[in-house]
Amino acid sequence: MFQDLQSQFLGSTIGGLVAGSIYALIALGYTMVYGVLRLINFAHSEIFMIGTMTSLFILVTIAPTAPFTIFSMIGILLLLIVASALVSGGSAIALEQLAYRPLRKKGATRLAALISAIGASLFLQEAFGLKIIPWLFDKPGRVQQSAPRFVPHEELFRIGNGVVRTDHVFVIVGAVIVMVVLDQLVSRTRIGRGIRATAQDPEAAVLMGVSIDRIVRITFLLGGAMAGVAAALFVMEYENTDYRIGFLLGIKAFTAAVLGGIGNLRGALLGGIVLGLVENWSSIFLGSAWKDVTAFVVLVLVLMLRPTGILGESLQRARA
Amino acid sequence: MKGEEVATSNGKPARSGFHPIDGMRDWWADAPHWQRYAVYIALIVFALILPAPWVGSFMSPDSDWTTVLIFPVGTYILLAVGLNIVVGHAGLLDLGFVAFFAIGAYTWASIGTSYGWSYWPTVVLGIFLASISGVILGAPTLRLRGDYLAIVTLGFGEIVRITANNTDAIGGARGITNVPHPEPIFGVEFFLDPAPYYYLMLFAIVLVVTFSVRLNKSRVGRAWAAIREDEDAAELMGVPTFKFKLLAFAIGAMIGGFAGTIYASKAVFIEPNNFPFILSATILAAVVLGGSGNLPGVILGAFVIAWLPERFRFLSEYRILIFGFVLVLMMALRPEGLLPSRQRKAELREGTGGMGAMGAEVAGPDSEASAEVAK
Repeated sequence: MFQDLQSQFLGSTIGGLVAGSIYALIALGYTMVYGVLRLINFAHSEIFMIGTMTSLFILVTIAPTAPFTIFSMIGILLLLIVASALVSGGSAIALEQLAYRPLRKKGATRLAALISAIGASLFLQEAFGLKIIPWLFDKPGRVQQSAPRFVPHEELFRIGNGVVRTDHVFVIVGAVIVMVVLDQLVSRTRIGRGIRATAQDPEAAVLMGVSIDRIVRITFLLGGAMAGVAAALFVMEYENTDYRIGFLLGIKAFTAAVLGGIGNLRGALLGGIVLGLVENWSSIFLGSAWKDVTAFVVLVLVLMLRPTGILGESLQRARA
Repeated sequence: MKGEEVATSNGKPARSGFHPIDGMRDWWADAPHWQRYAVYIALIVFALILPAPWVGSFMSPDSDWTTVLIFPVGTYILLAVGLNIVVGHAGLLDLGFVAFFAIGAYTWASIGTSYGWSYWPTVVLGIFLASISGVILGAPTLRLRGDYLAIVTLGFGEIVRITANNTDAIGGARGITNVPHPEPIFGVEFFLDPAPYYYLMLFAIVLVVTFSVRLNKSRVGRAWAAIREDEDAAELMGVPTFKFKLLAFAIGAMIGGFAGTIYASKAVFIEPNNFPFILSATILAAVVLGGSGNLPGVILGAFVIAWLPERFRFLSEYRILIFGFVLVLMMALRPEGLLPSRQRKAELREGTGGMGAMGAEVAGPDSEASAEVAK
């Protein structure tokens, strides 16, 4: 077993960082919406799924061929990221408009909003499985769709015996850049101040002249765009998707958000990375069948020891 | 079964116009005992004749009506009544309720096939194991705030399913085949005919509903209401909130386990994929759609959610699509549910306790919501 550990540790650390970066990006959407509305946006996983479909559609359309130069790789990746972010962000706004806004206006309970979110999630999954995937790709909608490769999955360099591939570097660097931009946006701009104010105290924010509806819309847009970026990176890295891809990833990402301290942007980053690492390390010992179980056991343990998550909920709001 | 309106209310609130549901509730609140029992008996007689073929020819033309009444209708109702204790009464959000259902089902399936125990004591064991797992899950997590509880319970539901999938001793991914039928009891044989299972299910529902109504009227029910409305205030008033939350969790789990044992005895074959997250979500949808906290509403909600997809089986592949759409639409039109508890309805009208904290979270002493509490 210790030989396994020695030979696989660095490799699975790299795998964990890659998976964790994607969890973290999706987690940002959960954490921002939760921070502002105190709502678990259950349909966020479907926003991610829509992003993967967008990226896949573009890849299938342009059908990249070898040899890949550094410019073609970065160019295609940027195209995927921008397109997926736009489509996912737009879908998130539409979702908010159709599924949450009517409830918010009626002052419904958060439980009712959660049911609405579950309904929207089912609806989107089925709409893609039944109609949209066959229409986009001319293939049966319920099977896994594979994406063409545009970044070689080849060794770039080694750390000890852990192989770092080109696509790993792209995922991690891309995720870090996007997260730094978002963090700066929220902490420095006027819009970011509006978001933070609404998260802290919506009533006071309204009195100070913040338009809640606008802030909510922007929050959904930003969260959806993050899920779109995650989707583009996911399609590049794992080269497949299907109409239910969002479910497990969504749960993991929400777990990551809670793990880091929900409502806290940097917490989402940390939670995602921790979750990805723990999952991959644990599968050295237990095999990958138990990977998802360890993720949840870790969550329960962290919450028992530190109920507000690793970093706490401090960035936007103190404990309610 | 509209048992939770308290009978001591005197003086009906003045209403203008025609309110059939509120009018019925006022009548029910003041109805003497004999009238109430007449309604109970009428409901039970109604349930007894429900499996008749002429009812089925309209209600489910595409599948056997009695079987539909056992699963999904009866099973969903039983599960929804159990989940209603956790969500509607104690106000705890449980997204992994299916785990307890699975534990109950697996208890009978594995013990019945491997050890050949009799069914009836195994039911008790299944209920016991489910409640123990409820306590094990609840003890570390119930101190957490609501939303964390939601994700932890969701995780627990997945853990149970994945564990069943990975454990070869209970069949692994292949599941358990040839689960035995229950032994005859009081001269009733359980075999392929679905009718006895329906009456068993009906008995279970009546038992659980009675239990739930009595419980909610007791000190325990009042403690749950206090926790649901304001946990900090309840704690300050001397309610041991953690203990009562754990109790709600354990009782909900018991009912889930009970439903599981009945389901397994009828199903003959169970596998981990019988217990997906979507089932938890569906049961939660039933509770909220019907009117969280109000038993007749919850039963109605479970019935509608279970029955609609069966009735519209001819739409086959569009069923889930439509189901999702209906959930969104229903919540947009009637977020309080089909038959809400009066207190919830009043809270909603005043905008207290809503989502997004756009109003004061706690109802003031002279609000309509507080008046409904005092009833």
